[in-house]
Amino acid sequence: MPTLPLNDAIGLALAEEMRRDNKVIAFGEGIATKRHELVTEFGALRVRNTPLAEGIIAGTAVGAAAGGLRPVADLLFAPFLCYAMDELVNSAGKLRYMSGGQFSFPLVALAMTGAGWGVGAQHNHNVEAWFVHSPGLKVVMPSNPADARALLKAAIRDDNPVVFLLDIGLLYQPGEVPTDAVPIPLGQASTVRAGTDVSLISYGKTVHHCAQAAESLAAEGIAAEVIDLRSLKPLDEAAILATARKTGRVVVVHEANRLCGVGAEIAALIAEQAFACLKTPVVRLGGPDAPVPSSFPLEQATVPQADAIAAAARQLCASHRPLTYPPMENSKCALPH
Amino acid sequence: MNEFPTAADPLRLYEQLLLIRAYENAIVQGSTDGRIPGTCTSVGQEAAAVGAINALTADDLILTNHRSAGHLLARGADPGRLLAEVMGRRDGYCKGRSGSLHISVKELGVVLTTTIVGGELSLAPGVALAQTMQGRPGIVACFFGDGAACEGSFHESLNLAALWNLPVLYICENNQWQAFVHRREAMSREHVSDWGAGYGIPVQTVDGNDVFAVLEATRNAATQVRDTRRPVLLEVLTYRTRGHFEPDDQGYVDKAELAAWLARDPIALCRDRLIGAGQLSLTADAELIARVDARIATAVAFASASPFPSIEELTLDVYA
Ligand SMILES: Cc1ncc(C[n+]2csc(CCOP(=O)(O)OP(=O)(O)O)c2C)c(N)n1
Ligand SMILES: [Mg+2]
Repeated sequence: MPTLPLNDAIGLALAEEMRRDNKVIAFGEGIATKRHELVTEFGALRVRNTPLAEGIIAGTAVGAAAGGLRPVADLLFAPFLCYAMDELVNSAGKLRYMSGGQFSFPLVALAMTGAGWGVGAQHNHNVEAWFVHSPGLKVVMPSNPADARALLKAAIRDDNPVVFLLDIGLLYQPGEVPTDAVPIPLGQASTVRAGTDVSLISYGKTVHHCAQAAESLAAEGIAAEVIDLRSLKPLDEAAILATARKTGRVVVVHEANRLCGVGAEIAALIAEQAFACLKTPVVRLGGPDAPVPSSFPLEQATVPQADAIAAAARQLCASHRPLTYPPMENSKCALPH
Repeated sequence: MNEFPTAADPLRLYEQLLLIRAYENAIVQGSTDGRIPGTCTSVGQEAAAVGAINALTADDLILTNHRSAGHLLARGADPGRLLAEVMGRRDGYCKGRSGSLHISVKELGVVLTTTIVGGELSLAPGVALAQTMQGRPGIVACFFGDGAACEGSFHESLNLAALWNLPVLYICENNQWQAFVHRREAMSREHVSDWGAGYGIPVQTVDGNDVFAVLEATRNAATQVRDTRRPVLLEVLTYRTRGHFEPDDQGYVDKAELAAWLARDPIALCRDRLIGAGQLSLTADAELIARVDARIATAVAFASASPFPSIEELTLDVYA
């Protein structure tokens, strides 16, 4: 299997989809410069640099999608999405519904986010929950090059607008990318590591921190299961509930602000639908309610690290909540799906 | 392809003016007793819509704003289905999901009515890009207000359309008002077209209460867009003679200014022209008015009889 950094896997997916479908176009502030090989292969009409104007870049993607194209708009860093919020939320997300299904908006909005480069809060802000909360939009955040390529291919083929977030810290991390080019359907989590004692549910770079935590927990005899959500909307609720029912102990981990983050939804989902299976309360690890500083140690402190994840898991495995529900209900919990 | 009204017949233009006025008056009336939700009417601006829409072809696509009834009706939308949409009924063009402020009609090439002021401007270049890249002949007509021209999206849109050679006909209906703020209080320039010129876009202003002048100006502008495949900005000067929204007592409106514009009512101007030219008799006028009124009465009956969508439809069509 060839090895590629995530950023190149994105380029590969763009090239593959542009080759497959001439309705796919790509534009943004510098995409024709940074991914010049796409211009060489597909021409300057399909791959364009744009003015510095995120609103009109996103709006143009929405209009082009309404007109029958499949645009990919590169909006650079996630905080810049604030300038494109109206077009993404009010137009891309709502107009299919408001038109009674007459129009659809197949577009992808790409943006980078996350700790790793010390770029500070106006370049690093994990805003995925905003878009999960906006009807009509799908939200994807891959954790490795193979998934990034396969998920981007699915996002481009999807007839809905997709906000596709790239974790800055992973952009130049290499990973194996299979030679086959099969898209991964949006809404399918992956089990990175199977385990029976505790579930670590995450997405983006903290999936790797969960995997490291699982490794050290294994050495202590604790079998942690690591779930990579990959897509936040649609959310693989079945996978979340299955792992919660299987282990009865869940740590949800993400880099974004814990307050009203995606983890809150996951914890609530488990509380509503798998409460009887829980041996302990669900624990959420996330960033603080603070802008992300650029100073390296402070920036890293906003990200749940492997040690903290392992500590949380260890504590869950040590504690026992007395059973207050009928054992009958509990019995179906013990069975892994 | 659908049949679109062709501009040639002046009586037909006149009838469209009457139809829009009668349609909006029915809404105003219905909103006073709660049968119909209040809307943003285009009373006083009908000629701007009729003149411009009739200069377009069936291939052209339209994006418009919250004051879109005139555009939709002039394009040939069925008043019954429009009204059903306004009333949130199943037979509305958007299955009752849009109300008056977001009506799109794919079969008529109306891609968008937006009530995000400036939203039509942010989408227009993309729609034109899709036309161009797929080798479609139609241009994109983007209708917006003087208030929308104060949004950043206007400036971003014009810059991009000029830069990328996109066939957008920008039509600014400058009706002097931006909700409850007079445009004098909000614009650094007298005319929206002054701004367009700054982007190297050909601009023109026209008397928006003269339907024939608007038709002629829009034809020229549309031809220029078609021939050059580049944007043109047409500023149509008119006046919103009713309130921003129904109801609105217009207590903030300068009486003298309103009176001056009321004296130039676009329907009266058109009628006088036609009668003066011997193209319309008083009897024929009365017949036309009666025909339009009957059509609107039928539309009101149709929309009122249309059922509300079922609650199960609440979450349909969110995702493809
Ligand atoms: C983004 C946004 N800001 C404010 C409003 C509230 N609003 C609705 S219409 C309007 C006035 C728009 O003025 P103009 O563009 O001139 O159109 P007109 O109403 O005069 O036809 C305002 C302020 C809105 N709908 N959207
Ligand atoms: Mg106005």
